[in-house]
Amino acid sequence: MSETLTVRVNGTPVIVPAGSAVAVAVLLSSGTSRTSVSGQPRAPLCGMGTCFECRVEINGQPHRRSCQVLCEENMEINAHG
Amino acid sequence: MDSSSHRNFDVAVIGAGPAGIAAAVTAAESGASVALLDDNPAPGGQIWRGSASGSHHSESTRWLERLSRSNVTLIAGTRVFHAHDGRLEAESDDSLWQIHYSKLILATGARELFLPFPGWTLPNVVGAGGLQAMVKSGLPVTGKRVVIAGTGPLLLAVAGYLSERGASVLCICEQAPFSQLRSFTLAMVAVPRKLVEAAQLRFRCRRAPYFTSAWPVAAIGQDRLQAVRISDNGHLREIECDYLACGFHLVPNLELPRALQCSVKDGFVEVNELQETSQSDVYCAGEPTGIGGMELSIVEGQIAGHSAAGRRNSAKQLFAARTRYRRVVGAMRKTFALRSELATLAKHDTFLCRCEDVSIEDVRKHASWRAAKLHSRCGMGPCQGRVCGAAAEFLFGWTMDSLRPPIFPVRCLSLAAMSSPAIPAQPLGGSQ
Repeated sequence: MSETLTVRVNGTPVIVPAGSAVAVAVLLSSGTSRTSVSGQPRAPLCGMGTCFECRVEINGQPHRRSCQVLCEENMEINAHG
Repeated sequence: MDSSSHRNFDVAVIGAGPAGIAAAVTAAESGASVALLDDNPAPGGQIWRGSASGSHHSESTRWLERLSRSNVTLIAGTRVFHAHDGRLEAESDDSLWQIHYSKLILATGARELFLPFPGWTLPNVVGAGGLQAMVKSGLPVTGKRVVIAGTGPLLLAVAGYLSERGASVLCICEQAPFSQLRSFTLAMVAVPRKLVEAAQLRFRCRRAPYFTSAWPVAAIGQDRLQAVRISDNGHLREIECDYLACGFHLVPNLELPRALQCSVKDGFVEVNELQETSQSDVYCAGEPTGIGGMELSIVEGQIAGHSAAGRRNSAKQLFAARTRYRRVVGAMRKTFALRSELATLAKHDTFLCRCEDVSIEDVRKHASWRAAKLHSRCGMGPCQGRVCGAAAEFLFGWTMDSLRPPIFPVRCLSLAAMSSPAIPAQPLGGSQ
């Protein structure tokens, strides 16, 4: 069993421990998940699915809460939004 | 393609934290068919998050094992967005669910209270429990400098947890005054287990200074947190750090109880001795009935599980334990009551609503939560006021009473698939 897996955040490969939430990959790479309506960079806040600050695009699906989704091998994460 | 699933259960439990797991397992062991739904990918709630992958917390291991041995149908990664007429509407990544139930147990838990201060929207300003949850979800913190601030016993738990994982906890800022914490310790003599727990927590983060009457006044940085300015007994000081982990204790998740029109008093769901709410056949257990921690949640969950399965006598045997643990609720409320200075931290242009970037000034001028929503878009973003609404309750004394389904953002497909009457013509709750 592999102890780590590789995902891509904004096209850049990121290695995370197996079982990690997508938010972890975001924090380990771009460090920000989205741009707010007035242009501020934002990153995960609550870590438990309530604040929606961590939302990113995962495999083409927008507005996914990255703290509630587990990383899968070769996942494409877009945290530009 | 999404699949749609209709299922019938004797008992549906919402929330798979300690209260929900205890409720579901207890009801199932009495022979009831039970569904346990949770938004998170795995059971355990926040306190037992990550426990399935090799934790040593004996209580969590015991309950999670009991859950896996039981006949409970666990429906994880699934959000309940509406409850009506003995039916739950829920959505997961690839399915829609309609769960029909005879009895419903709400174990929806609590979330952290976040309060606005200048810089609180900067990346790496996170919740205290929030940072712990992220570390439990795989985030390494070795060598990271962390300031922990806010209020409540969670701060110590987080400090201990992060220290053990190699983080450098620079300080813990507790807003409550020292005198109140001393009274809390004395009150806990009645619940020795809690005292031992507190001592253990403090030992685990013994290198970190613990300041009382201390809180953050600003987070500093351009595109990311670089330092935090704290007020420590009236003295300002700046501390460079990688994370500010900040939470002002917990607020219950009342969206579902309110959607079901369960009576809520002083911010918590009212229940009778069998944990039944003002709505018959709807029970509530754990933090939504009063913030009291894991032990109380488990006992309340067990009582609700027995009650829903029709076993009143078994429920009664747990009343004494519940009474003992409920002492924690009142003591915590008093000790960690938020001081008024915290309502003055935000500047006029500090955002209150992080989803829609609405400043505190633009919210303050309105008369109620509902008016603020309608005029400023505060609380109208994806979190639906879960962050700013709770802050507004503390800052302005408002009640978040304008709740409408869906109580969680869902795909249009899920709304379209809902059985009618989907959305009532009148808003739920008593806000008109």
